[in-house]
Amino acid sequence: MSTEIDTARAAALLDEAPLASASLFRFATAGSVDDGKSTLVGRLLHDSKAILADQLDAVARTSADRGFGGSAGGIDLALLTDGLRAEREQGITIDVAYRYFATDRRSFILADCPGHVQYTKNTVTGASTADAVVVLIDARKGVLEQTRRHLSVLQLLRVAHVIVAVNKIDLVDFSESVFREIEADVQKVGRELGLGADGITDLLVVPVSALDGDNVVERSERTPWYSGPALLEVLETLPAADELESHLESFRFPVQLVVRPQGALAPDAIAGGLDAEAYRDYRAYAGQITEGSVKVGDKVSVLTPGQDPRTTTVTGIDFAGAELAEAAAPQSVALRLADEFDVARGDTIAAAGTVRESSADLYAALCWLSPKPLREGAKVLVKHGTRTVQALVRSVSGKLDLATFKLEGASSLELNDIGHAQLRLAAPLPLENYLHHRRTGAFLVIDPLDGNTLAAGLVKDHPGDHEDERYSI
Amino acid sequence: MSTFLTEEPTLVNDAAVSTRLSSLDTLESEAIHIIREVVAEFEKPALLFSGGKDSVVMLHLATKAFWPGKVPFPVLHVDTGHNFPEVIDFRDRTVERLGLKLVVGSVQEFIDRGELAERADGTRNPLQTVPLLDAIQSNKFDAVFGGGRRDEDKARAKERILSLRDEFGQWDPRNQRPELWNLYNGRHTVGQHVRAFPISNWTELDVWRYIERENIELPGLYYAHDREVFARDGMWRAVGEVSQPRPDEKVITKTVRYRTVGDMSCTGAVESAAATVRDVVIEVAASTITERGATRADDRISEAAMEDRKKDGYF
Repeated sequence: MSTEIDTARAAALLDEAPLASASLFRFATAGSVDDGKSTLVGRLLHDSKAILADQLDAVARTSADRGFGGSAGGIDLALLTDGLRAEREQGITIDVAYRYFATDRRSFILADCPGHVQYTKNTVTGASTADAVVVLIDARKGVLEQTRRHLSVLQLLRVAHVIVAVNKIDLVDFSESVFREIEADVQKVGRELGLGADGITDLLVVPVSALDGDNVVERSERTPWYSGPALLEVLETLPAADELESHLESFRFPVQLVVRPQGALAPDAIAGGLDAEAYRDYRAYAGQITEGSVKVGDKVSVLTPGQDPRTTTVTGIDFAGAELAEAAAPQSVALRLADEFDVARGDTIAAAGTVRESSADLYAALCWLSPKPLREGAKVLVKHGTRTVQALVRSVSGKLDLATFKLEGASSLELNDIGHAQLRLAAPLPLENYLHHRRTGAFLVIDPLDGNTLAAGLVKDHPGDHEDERYSI
Repeated sequence: MSTFLTEEPTLVNDAAVSTRLSSLDTLESEAIHIIREVVAEFEKPALLFSGGKDSVVMLHLATKAFWPGKVPFPVLHVDTGHNFPEVIDFRDRTVERLGLKLVVGSVQEFIDRGELAERADGTRNPLQTVPLLDAIQSNKFDAVFGGGRRDEDKARAKERILSLRDEFGQWDPRNQRPELWNLYNGRHTVGQHVRAFPISNWTELDVWRYIERENIELPGLYYAHDREVFARDGMWRAVGEVSQPRPDEKVITKTVRYRTVGDMSCTGAVESAAATVRDVVIEVAASTITERGATRADDRISEAAMEDRKKDGYF
C-alpha cells in the first residue's frame, strides 16, 4: 500500500542530464508465426525494467497456472504482451499494440505488429511512423517467404533502419555457421530489394535468444563470434528518421488552421490574461513542420491548390507565447507572414522555390488495407497533408508479388495487396515523391460512404517525368 | 549509415543524437497537432475534464495549441457524485480562469430518475458510461478529447489516437482504422462520434515531468498530505461521506497522496512523502507498481475490466 521505491532505478532515470535530453525513438517489430516475437518484446520490456511489479505478478501467476517452466524465473515473457481477452480466447493477436519503455539514453515507443493476421496492414501501420523496424527470423527456419514480404513492405515504406533479429540462436547451439548462412540470405534479399543500396535504408543483422536474453539488452558471451552490439544498444544509438532528414532544405508546413483570435466572428476569443488590444491584428498559421526547418526571415512559398505559388517572408515563429528564431520538424508552431495573403487550412507553406507544380494526376503505390477491394472507376477520397479531395481511380496497373518482388498484371487490389494505380483528383495537390518526402509523399485513401481508411498511398513520380529506377517496386 | 552492411552493425557516434528535440517536446508537438486536427475537422468537439492530472495536462496543451486564442471547445465532466470536494473546487476554478463552458453529466441524476442502479460494491466509476453517452448525444458532440494513455492498460494499448465509436458509444477492437503517418482519419457518419486521445503516447512519468516543466497546477491531493484512511482491498481509502469504514476497518491518519483521481469510493491513496512535483517525479520514476494497479479498485475486478468497459462506451 505504500509506493515501493526502486532507488537504483530512480538514480539511473533521474540523473538529470540524460533525462532532459533523452530523445524519442519509434520502432516496430514484425515477424512470422511462432518466431518468438512476443518473447522478444517481453524480454526488452522486462530487461529494461519497464514492467512493474503488479504486472509481473499477474504474468507470474498465469505462467504458473499454465505450467510454464523456462528461464526468467518461470515467467513466460510472451504473456507480458498478451493483449485483449478477445485475443486470448482465440489465441491470436488482433491489432498493433503500443508499448513504452525508456533507458537513460532514449524513450522508446514500440509498435508491436502481429505477424499472421493481416500482416501487411499491421506492418504498414507500424512502419509508417517508425524510425526502425525489427524483423524476427527463427534461426531454425531461416529466411521465409513471410520474411521477404516483410522486407519488401519496409523497403517500400522507406523505413530508415531495418534490423533483422535472428532469434532462437540457442536452439541451433549458438552456431556461427547457421547465423552466417541466414545473414547471407538476408543480405541477398536486401540486394534484390535495393535495401541499403539506395542510401536510405540500412539493414543490420543481430543473433539473439529472446528466451534467454542473449544479445537483447546485454551482449552475450555465448556468441563469441559476434562482435557487434546487442539489439537494445543498436536501438539506443541509431539516428532517428528526422535526424537523417534534417540536412534537407525542404521546409514543409501543411496549414492546420488560422489563428486569428480577434476575427469578426469571435470577438471575445482571446485567451484569459492576455491584453486583447495587443493581439487585435494577430494572424498566424498553425501547423506541424513535417520536414526541414525554418528561420525568421526565410523566404517561403504559399501553395494553394489551383493558384500559382505566392512568395513571402516569415516574420515570426510563435509557440504559445514564446517567439522562436527557428523551428524544425516535428515541431508544432504558428507562423506569421509578411504579406496578408488569404491562407487557409489545406494550404502548404514551403521553402521558396523547392516545390514543383501541384497536380491533379496522382500516380501511386497503394497498400490496400480494406476487405472491400479496389476497382477501376471507383470514387474515393484522398487525404494528403491537411487537405481531403475527391478522386477517381482511373486505372490499376499491377500488383506486387511480395515474394518475388515482381509486378504482375492486375485490375483490382484486395486486402493486403500492394499495387500501382493512377488517380484523377478533383483539385490539384502539392504531391511529392514518397522516396524523398516521407510526409508530403504520403496519403490516405478513404471510403466516402463509411469513412473507413481503404489504403496507405505512396506518391510516385509521373511516368516519364523524372524517372527513378529505384522506386520501381 | 548509407552503405549496405556486409559487416556486423557498428554503433553510431552520440554527437548525431544531441541535436534532436527532447522526447517531451516531441510528445507535446504531437499532441498539439492532434488537438488542432480535431478542432479543424469536427463540428463540435469537447474535452473530458475531471480535474485529474491527465485531463489537466490535456487542457494545458489545448491552451498552447490555440494561443493567443481561447480554447475553442467546452469541457465535459461526468460527475459520479462521489468526488473529492477539492477536485470539484479545482475544476470550477480552472473553468473560471480560462473562461470555458462546463457541461456536467450527473450519475446521481440518473440514479435519482431510476435510469441507473447503484452497484452492490458502491463503486460508481462504471456507472459513468450512461451519463457520458447521454451528454455526448444531447450536446451533439462529434469528437470527445480524453486524457487516456496507452501505458495505462492493455486495452488502451490497442486503441487508436482517433477512436471511432458507434451509436452506442462502443469500441470495436477488431474493426479499427489503421493509423498511418500523422494523417488522422476522423470521418464518421451521423450518430457516430470519435474519441480523441492526443496523449496516447505519453507515460505516467512523461505526464509528471511535463507538469513539472510547465509548472501546471493540480488538485492538492496529488501531493503528500495527512488524511484519515482505512485499509480495504489492499489500498488506503479516504474516510468521507460516501466512503465509510465498516466496523472491522480501523481508521488511522496517514501521510498519503493519490496517483489517480476518480470516484472517491473506488480510488485508493498510496503512502507517500512526496510533497512537491519534483518528489513525485522521483517517486513515479522509481515506482515498482502501475498507477491503476496501485489505486483503482475498478480495474481489479478482472484482468479485462478496462476492455469490457470500453466496449460498452466507457472513456
